[in-house]
Parts: sequence; structure tokens; C-alpha cells
Amino acid sequence: MAILEIRNVTRRFASLKAVDDVSLSIEAGEFFTLLGPSGCGKTTLLRLIAGFDEPDDGALFLDGAPLAGIPPEKRPVHTVFQSYALFPHLSVAHNIAFPLRMAGQNDEQIRQLLKETLELVHLADKAQHFPHELSGGQKQRVALARGLINKPRLLLLDEPLGALDAKLREQMEGELIALQREVGITFVFVTHSQQEALALSHRIAVMNCGRIEQVDCPEQIYGFPKNRFVADFIGTINLLPVEVREASHGRLRLAVDGLGEIIAAPAAGLKTGERGSFALRPEQVRVAAAGGHHEIPELHNHFHGRVRDFLYLGDVTVYKLELDNGVLIEALLANSAPGRAKFFEIGDTVSVGWRCDAGVYLRD
Amino acid sequence: MKHRTPWLWGAALAVYAFLYLPLAVVVIFSFNDSQLNAQWVGFTTRWYAKLFADGEMLHAAANSLAIALTAASVATVLGTMAGIAMQRWPTGVLRALPGLVLTPVAMPEILLGVSLLLFFREVLDLTLGLVSILVAHITFSIGFVAIIVRARLAGMDESIFEAARDLGASPWQTFRCVTLPLIAPGILAGFLMSFTLSIDDFVITFFVAGVGVTTLPLQIYSMIKVAVSPEVNAVSTLLMALTLTLIFIASRLAPDALKVKP
Repeated sequence: MAILEIRNVTRRFASLKAVDDVSLSIEAGEFFTLLGPSGCGKTTLLRLIAGFDEPDDGALFLDGAPLAGIPPEKRPVHTVFQSYALFPHLSVAHNIAFPLRMAGQNDEQIRQLLKETLELVHLADKAQHFPHELSGGQKQRVALARGLINKPRLLLLDEPLGALDAKLREQMEGELIALQREVGITFVFVTHSQQEALALSHRIAVMNCGRIEQVDCPEQIYGFPKNRFVADFIGTINLLPVEVREASHGRLRLAVDGLGEIIAAPAAGLKTGERGSFALRPEQVRVAAAGGHHEIPELHNHFHGRVRDFLYLGDVTVYKLELDNGVLIEALLANSAPGRAKFFEIGDTVSVGWRCDAGVYLRD
Repeated sequence: MKHRTPWLWGAALAVYAFLYLPLAVVVIFSFNDSQLNAQWVGFTTRWYAKLFADGEMLHAAANSLAIALTAASVATVLGTMAGIAMQRWPTGVLRALPGLVLTPVAMPEILLGVSLLLFFREVLDLTLGLVSILVAHITFSIGFVAIIVRARLAGMDESIFEAARDLGASPWQTFRCVTLPLIAPGILAGFLMSFTLSIDDFVITFFVAGVGVTTLPLQIYSMIKVAVSPEVNAVSTLLMALTLTLIFIASRLAPDALKVKP
């Protein structure tokens, strides 16, 4: 049974629907992520789960019991705030033990749990320190420990990595995954960073304008976005305007304007003649020097193009290629040859192709 | 700012002299062994001895202390609540409501004195005395406490109060375990400010005191109507020392509220 059930929840602020008829069900033990641009309603949804706010329509159920009217302190749900929200007048130990004290546990119980929890987040030596004496990563761990110490049913995390620098964020991502696996508590994670979402989650709900666009595991979200918003928001993607030529017998033929036909992975419910976009990830595009031995004729979808520009990123180089029909697409190539920033020069004619099962057709 | 011109230094000195010389004179002459505030004769502490033997003066001082302690206590409780309300309440018309407690801070004292007198006499038909002084002092102190407490709250991350609720604290537990400890320095500073304002107040007290009850400032005023005796210098010096100490402590406790912004 789902641990959290969100049923047709709507929350309005004046005329704006911050959360618009959202239904979700989150399974026990999941690392679930709400992903979307700022203002998409993900934080509002989190506040509804925490109990800081109540929905205008719809209902939330925790372990099958309705949450309506239950104040935040009575919900077995804790939040890790973006600003960490540590109590500045309390030491690390007192911050972490706060939920136990509020619940009226005795000193012996508190001591035992505190010791375990401090070890869990590697803060045993910082117990007597105050929040202002800690680094960003340490504050983060105190906030996590405080939220986990009395084993809530759900831990909500509101962009907890937003305030950390890139290196530390990567390290904390690793710690979060390990921590969640160890404690087995369901995490609901809010972020606007697709990279965090892909790296951490079991499942992702992509939100936009208060609505949920797609709920899926990271590979599906990335590889098979359901619509243009999801495709665009997650990573970079090439969008080619196409018309459906044939959508039957387990194959999909698309006509790319001014270029020719391509074969794509079949999808249900498409009609011959309808228009849409063909979405293709840059790393799915293969590039070879034109006319050389490395041309890629084994790929059904292959065309000629010209290198317009490139962007050297260290590990990879992104090439901007102009196809014969004038459409620009991006191709991402790993810099596997030591010391080389690029394989092609601007102006080079190249052979461009991709597999028939790469990319996805999106309706407009 | 290395090359400050000498005349700028001179001007600054003149201003400070203007501000502090009169106070220094009072302090110096309180130790002068002469009945007249004219010429330095020799050092003595007999004016202080005389002060502490003066029954009327001691009675007025006791009144002032009792009023200041009570008024400051009540104003601190009410002002703290107003300060929290001002910080928490939504914007717009509703925010103006707790904001109204600030008005007496900006109101001319004479106006406040007259209006309180009229209110006590004509509306409430109250016999002027300790109670009317107390109510008046509470009225003008609440605003100061509210300002200090709100400034303390304004510098804080709002989400810590939500975090407390989220982690299982009831609204009352949140107040007791999180809000109160965090604003405590502001509350104490507000108390000290109110105490100082009350013990020093002359104008409003003058209007609402009625006959029979006197406070230290009223007593000093009635004494200088005759002549500024060295005894007045002595009591003024003591009052000054007390006030400055309290304000110093208050400014250390709530630097964000009492700091003069550049």
C-alpha cells in the first residue's frame, strides 16, 4: 500500500493555482523527487504534506488515514528546510534531540538515540558545538539527523542541497543516497536541479504550473519524456519538426522537414499525417568524418551535416551541427582521446546518424 | 579619511562639549563643598549624605522605583506580544493594528500628558495618583518594547519556527523552547528601556500625578523652583548614572534595535 496518497489536490492563491489537481501515490521506502522550475508548485505541495497549509480541494492520506486538519506537530512527517532552520540557541546535540524532547521521551532514551544518530551522520565530535560553528555540509547533516531521529514515516527535503557549492553537493548526494538506504525511511525530495533528481531518485514527478507532467523512474524520464516540457526541462535535447508518415506494424516512419525520412521507436495511438517533434538526446547522435572509413551506414537514420561550432567542456565536447535542411542539432562526444579537445574542425563536413530506437516522437 | 582638517576636529569637540559639559558641571558641583553652584571650593560627599537623610526625597525615589518596576514589567509583557504580532501578522490593514501601539512613541509628550489627563479625569473619573501614573507610563513604554522585540525577530530565519512545529512542538512549546529564548535579549533590553523611560519621565507624570503623589523628577523640579541646590546635583548625578548604565546594558543586549544606523 502507498505510504502517501495525494488525491486530486488543488491549492489556490488568489486566482493562481499553485497546485492544480495533483494525484500521486508514494510507496514506502521510496526516494521520491518532485522536480520542476521555481514556481511550479513543488514547495507548495511539500507544505501541504507537512501540514503548514491545507488544500482547497482534494485530500491527502498517510498510511490510508486522511491528513486533513492535523497540525504539523501531529504528523509523523519531518522536513529538512532549504535554510536548514537549525535552532541557533541550541547545540548540535540539543538540535537533534529536539523532536524527542517535544515528544516527552526520557533522558535515557534520548541519550541512546542521540548517540546512534550522531554516529549515523558522522557528527559525534560536534555534539556540543553550536550551529554557527558548523560548515554548510555539517549543518545539512544536523538538519537531516534532526529530521530522522524519531523515525518519521516521511522525510520531506526542500531543496536541501541548494545552498552548497558544487563539490560539496556531489558529496552530499552520495551521503543522502546511502543514508536513505540505511534508515529505510521514505524521502520526498524537492529540487529544481534535474541532475540531483536523476542521481538520487527512485522515481521522479516532473511538475510545471502546478500540474504533474510525468511520473517515472529517472531512466524513463530522461530517455522517454512524455511531452515537450519534460524533454526540454531534463537535460538538453534536439527537437526536429516532423510529420508522421507511417505508424503501424510496429514501426514508425517520420518525415523530417527538408531532410527526409527517419525510423523511430513505435508509439501507440499515432495517426498518419499528424505533426509533432522528434526529440533526440545529444549523446545519442553519432558523428563521423564524411567520406572516411568511419562513415556510419549501418545506422538507418543518417544524414550529412557541417560542424558549425563546438563547446569544449573537459570530459565531453558538444558539437553544433547543421544538417542539410538547415536544422541545427547538438551532438555530445566523450573526449576519449587524451589531450584532444575536439575531433572535428568548424566547417568540416560530417556524417551524422542515430539508431532507430534512439529518440522519441512527441506530439505538439 | 587620513587627512582630517583641524577645524573639523574643532567642530566635533565643540559639539561634544555642548552635549556633555552641562552634565559634567552637574556631576562636578555635586561634589563641591559649597552651597552655591558658582565656584569650586573643595571636595565633599555631604550632599549625598544629606540626600539619603532627606525623607521626602527618599519617598519620591521609592515611588519612582516602584512605578518604574511595575510599569516596565507590564509594558514588557504587552510590548513583547505586540512585537511578535507585528512580525507575524499579515501585511495590510491587519498589520496596522498591532502597529498602533507604536504611536505613543512618536507622539509629543505634552500631547500625551494632556490627553491622558483628560481621559482619566473626564472619561474614567479616576482619582489621580499612583495608578494613573502607572497606566500612563505603561502606555508610552509598550511601543519601545514592541520595536525592540520586533527588530530582534526580524533578523531571524522564519523557517525555524515552522521547523519547531514540524518536529513535534505545539504552538506553546514552540514559543517556550524556541521563540522566547531567541528574543529574550530583546525582551530584557525592552524592559530596561521602559524602566529608564519611566524613572526619568517628567512631562507626562506632571500632568497625571495629581496632588499627594510625587516621583523623583517631580521632586527635583519642585526643589529647583527655589534654587538649584547641590542636593539636586547629587540626585541628578545618581539618576544619570542609573540611566546610562541601563541604556548601556540594553544596547549591548539588543544592538540591532538601538543601533544608530549610518
